Amino acid sequence: MANSLVMYEEEFSRIHAVCERLIRETHSKVVFLVDKNGQLITAAGQTQNVDTTSLASLTAGNVAAMGGLAKLIGESEFPHQFHEGTNESLYMTVIGGRVVLVVIFDNRTSLGLVRLRIKKASDEMMRILESVTMRAEYSGAASPFAEISDADIENLFSE
Amino acid sequence: MSFINYSSREINCKIVYYGPGLCGKTTNLHYIHKKVGPNMKGKLISLSTETERTLFFDFLPLSLGEIRGFRTRFHLYTVPGQVFYDASRKLILKGVDGVVFVADSQLERMEANIESLDNLRVNLAEQGYDLDRIPFVIQYNKRDLPNAVPVEELRRELNYRNVPEWNAIAPQGVGVFDTLKSVARLVLRELKKGGSR
Ligand SMILES: Nc1nc2c(ncn2[C@@H]2O[C@H](COP(=O)(O)OP(=O)(O)O)[C@@H](O)[C@H]2O)c(=O)[nH]1
Ligand SMILES: [Mg+2]
Repeated sequence: MANSLVMYEEEFSRIHAVCERLIRETHSKVVFLVDKNGQLITAAGQTQNVDTTSLASLTAGNVAAMGGLAKLIGESEFPHQFHEGTNESLYMTVIGGRVVLVVIFDNRTSLGLVRLRIKKASDEMMRILESVTMRAEYSGAASPFAEISDADIENLFSE
Repeated sequence: MSFINYSSREINCKIVYYGPGLCGKTTNLHYIHKKVGPNMKGKLISLSTETERTLFFDFLPLSLGEIRGFRTRFHLYTVPGQVFYDASRKLILKGVDGVVFVADSQLERMEANIESLDNLRVNLAEQGYDLDRIPFVIQYNKRDLPNAVPVEELRRELNYRNVPEWNAIAPQGVGVFDTLKSVARLVLRELKKGGSR
């Protein structure tokens, strides 16, 4: 138990770079990556006015609900979802069964272009994520929090 | 499953409030949201029906402060309590780090409490978690009501694992933060001893 997803600087930078590039290549507004449990990994683009924490949680809820629906009809998942609004649209892709890549775009770009670039980006993301998993496995059982003390924990609540 | 990000120096944990319909899960989150300073919380999201019953989940992100240079963030979720939302409850338990069981102290909800706790055990097991080992606390809510059964009785039926337990009146905030702190503490302790994946 107490499984943790651990993300180190190096992989994080690579993941973020993929998101940044996706923004440029697709002329989209926001790109973000969420783990399936609803935790935001990174966001790129015009994120200033976006509540990315809420976006992350609702994305995960949505993907989980659609995954549940998929299983009911004998699919393992719906890996791609597209939602079209009046001005903004949203594309979600499940990568490696573990994380979700979300692109928010408007009519300055096209669904075709977005879909094409996402494909490439998700392949790349997949490779990075594999190295995250491997790193975590090789680093053995030691929790990066092994050195925190009970006093540290209590201090958190004393404020 | 907690998420430790060395780059942003953040640690994220997921806590789920579980319990029968109308026991006060959403009320707990509302109270926390009301009392916590603006720099410590994000938006409270409620996916509810027109009659304010939780449809999918409530979500409240909290930031508790730093431990050794890492910002500790807790994501609080509630589940929909009604029996027919079981599929949704399972989804929300994915990746959970700690569970709060909110019991409704009223005599006529005793059976619903027991059923919900059994349901929690089964749903956790489906995700590969063991209710006897996961960070877990119990809240006996609605202590203000005249038909509340004695705590000893609730304890006997629900707290056989002898986990931290709190009496609560959620709308007034009684016991709300005690409950939250005690589960957060257990989650962090687990993280301290637990291995990464
Ligand atoms: N008297 C009393 N009412 C409560 C208490 N906690 C919650 N309630 C009420 O019970 C109802 C259901 O609460 P809610 O939080 O929506 O339940 P949930 O289904 O578990 O999310 C609401 O009308 C609350 O105001 C309590 O401690 N005492
Ligand atoms: Mg509710």
